[in-house]
Amino acid sequence: MNARLLPLAGFLLLVALLGFGIVLMGSRTMNEVPSPLIDKPAPAFDLPLLADPARSFGSRELAGTPYLLNVFASWCFACLDEHPLLMTEAKKLGVPLVGFNYKDDADDAKRWLARFGDPYTIVITDRDGRVAIDFGVYGAPESFLVDGNGIIRYKRIGAITPAVLANEIKPRLEAMAKESR
Amino acid sequence: MKPVLARFATLLFALALPLAAMAIEALPFADRAEELRFQNLARQLRCLVCQNESLADSSADLASDLRQEVFEQMRSGKSDDEIKRYLTERYSDFVLYDPPLHGGTAVLWFGPLAVLVVGALVITVIVRRRARAAAGVADSPAEDEWS
Repeated sequence: MNARLLPLAGFLLLVALLGFGIVLMGSRTMNEVPSPLIDKPAPAFDLPLLADPARSFGSRELAGTPYLLNVFASWCFACLDEHPLLMTEAKKLGVPLVGFNYKDDADDAKRWLARFGDPYTIVITDRDGRVAIDFGVYGAPESFLVDGNGIIRYKRIGAITPAVLANEIKPRLEAMAKESR
Repeated sequence: MKPVLARFATLLFALALPLAAMAIEALPFADRAEELRFQNLARQLRCLVCQNESLADSSADLASDLRQEVFEQMRSGKSDDEIKRYLTERYSDFVLYDPPLHGGTAVLWFGPLAVLVVGALVITVIVRRRARAAAGVADSPAEDEWS
C-alpha cells in the first residue's frame, strides 16, 4: 500500500515544485536585479544640465541634501505610468526630485517634458549611460532614494505607484527627516 | 515562378546580412588573444536586460555599453577578477552566470546533489523491500519481481 502511493507522492512533489516555479516567475521580484548599492554611498557624479549643457550638477552640489533620483527617458514607455504621480507628488516630497535623463536625446527629452510636464527640481543628462552603470541602472524608470549622508537608502525598479510611494518611499523620507533632526 | 521565388529569397538573405552583422558591434581588438579573452569573459557575464542572454550575445543597448566598459577596463590592464568585481559591485552576483558559493547560493550548489542522494535512498529502500518480499514468498520464484 505504502509503496504504491510512492509514485503519487513523487508526482505531487513535482507538481509542487513546478507550481512554485510558476508562482515565483510570475512575481516581479524574480526578474529584478537586487541592488548591492543599498545602504552604500551613492556613486560620485557630475553631469550636464538638460536646460544648460554648459553647466554641470552632481554629488558635490547635492552633498548634505537628501534627494530622490528618478531615471527617466523620452523613449521609456513605463516612465509615462509614473509621470502623473510625480507631477502631483513631487512638490510634497520635501526633498528635491532629481531627474536623471538616461541615454536620451536632449531635444527629445525637452519635448517630452514640455508635453507631459516637468516634475523635476533639476534635470541632469547621462547621454552615454556611464554614470547609470555606476548606479547599477539596467532600465528605466528606476528611482534611488539618497539620504543627507549620500547613502542610497532605497531603490525602486520600475514605475513608482501610489502604493510604492506610500509604503516604501514616504516612511523612509520620514525616518530620514527624523534622523537629521 | 520558381526563379522569381529564388531571386526573392536571395534578396531577403542579402538584406538580412547587414542586420546580423550589426547586432553586435565590433570592438577594436589588438590581436586574437585579446579578442578570445574578451569573448571568454563576456560569456561569463549576464545581460541584465534580457536575462537569459550573456553579455557576449546580447544586442541590448546596456549590454553594448557594458561590453565597451569591459573592453576599456581590459585595455587599462585590469584582471578578469577585477572587472567581475566592478560589475558585481553595481549589479550584484546576478551579473555572473557562475554564481559564487555563499549562504544565499548554497541551495543552488548543493540542491541537485541533495535530490540525487534522496533519490538514491528511495530506490535503495524500494529495491530492498522488494527483494525481501520476493524472498518471503517461498513458493513463487524470483520471476515475480517485476510484477
